[in-house]
Amino acid sequence: MSLSSKHLLGLHGVPKEDIQTILDTATTFREVLERPIKKVPTLQGKTVVNLFYESSTRTRISFELAQKRLSADTVNFSKAGSSTSKGETFKDTVKNIEAMKIDMIVVRHSSAGVPHYLTKITNANIINAGDGRHEHPTQALLDMYSIREKTGRLEGLKVCIIGDIAHSRVALSNIFGLQTMGAKVSVCGPATMIPKGIGNLGVKVYHDIDKAIAEHDVLNVLRIQLERAAGSSIPSLREYHNYFGITSERIEKNNKDVLILHPGPINRGVELSSDVADGPYQVILDQVTNGVAIRMAVLYLLGTMN
Amino acid sequence: MKIKAQLIDEAGLNRTITRLAHEILERNKGSENIVLIGMRTRGEFIAKRIHEKIKEIDKSEPPLGVLDVTLYRDDFRTRLKQPEVSVTNITFDINEKDIILIDDVLFSGRTARAALDALMDLGRPNTIQLCVLIDRGHREMPIRPDFVGKNIPTSINEEIKVKMKEIDGEDAVYLIDISED
Repeated sequence: MSLSSKHLLGLHGVPKEDIQTILDTATTFREVLERPIKKVPTLQGKTVVNLFYESSTRTRISFELAQKRLSADTVNFSKAGSSTSKGETFKDTVKNIEAMKIDMIVVRHSSAGVPHYLTKITNANIINAGDGRHEHPTQALLDMYSIREKTGRLEGLKVCIIGDIAHSRVALSNIFGLQTMGAKVSVCGPATMIPKGIGNLGVKVYHDIDKAIAEHDVLNVLRIQLERAAGSSIPSLREYHNYFGITSERIEKNNKDVLILHPGPINRGVELSSDVADGPYQVILDQVTNGVAIRMAVLYLLGTMN
Repeated sequence: MKIKAQLIDEAGLNRTITRLAHEILERNKGSENIVLIGMRTRGEFIAKRIHEKIKEIDKSEPPLGVLDVTLYRDDFRTRLKQPEVSVTNITFDINEKDIILIDDVLFSGRTARAALDALMDLGRPNTIQLCVLIDRGHREMPIRPDFVGKNIPTSINEEIKVKMKEIDGEDAVYLIDISED
């Protein structure tokens, strides 16, 4: 029942039993979210710091709500307006926060490996909320939960991740997690957005979106990340939409049983047309609800570990 | 760990459940306002049995739910093993209802305490009545049962093991010796 690690740094190397435990535990919290009083006293007395060095809406609010619904005390740190601008080093900032007696740290940072570094300089449980282009494990877990909720399984399912794979931490966590659970994972996108050597991870590469839609049960459509210089990989957003955008016509022509996921925020008219983003094939807002349940499960499993 | 004695057998369990069902109906003057809530794991099955009995006796079907109190426990910091959580399944309104809270063994009273907190988060019942198959004593909280299948004074080195056909393959209650010799 307990997880094998006291941190959640990524899904690479996380055993199948652990992923299963997190997904199953999330079912419990999904029920709590449906109650009139959406709060349980489980993490009373635990203090969690949300250390966000990079902007975020969904993930930060989702983590914060998950913490509050488990009755943990939470503090939020964001880079803007902090003493980082006075020249304090990352390590000093963290050491100072830890000295205020905290139990867990949820961290997002633009550099890969920051959560791993934190495990070396603090005793708190560390949860990775996204590190650079590396991993975003809770996002992949909530994706897997949403897929399992809709299709009833992960084993043997064919999932295609579409878009800017090279700049995406969501893609990498999804690949590791889904493969561990026995799904077959492919990627699809323009050649400039597919990292070299991705085939070594056992991932099939598609460049034809119609073929990708036709041959998969699930499409996890990523956001074109303009802030990560994705603009230099494609001539224009319009052209990207013409070649790789998911539209109702493409779905109806190729595969009407396909399930569409998107981690948000959506660029409407770029990776998804607006009618798909609001249409019957997608579970985008279910993903958001499930995200709170998944984060509650992770916080619960790590926070009550002895 | 060895079995010291069988306290209740299959026929005995059936008789006890019949009596509990009658007592619940008597105390509540019928089944009109009652709801049955079993506590995972064994309490769930005892609740189901009582529910069937009430159907037989009273020709009525009070709502039946399952409560998981793991998230409300007070021993997260002291337990060695992390308890497994499962899902609470109460699909009806408990406001103004008379809740019959059902468990297999009443011991320290801590699980019942957690259940009271859990129920309060779901609504404001009229009453909560505690029904247990076995009361083995050693209370650590000011909690008393309203309906008791059997009172069995035990020593702290003993344990009560309730077995139910649904998950254990037999209906029986055993007294078990857990002292290390």
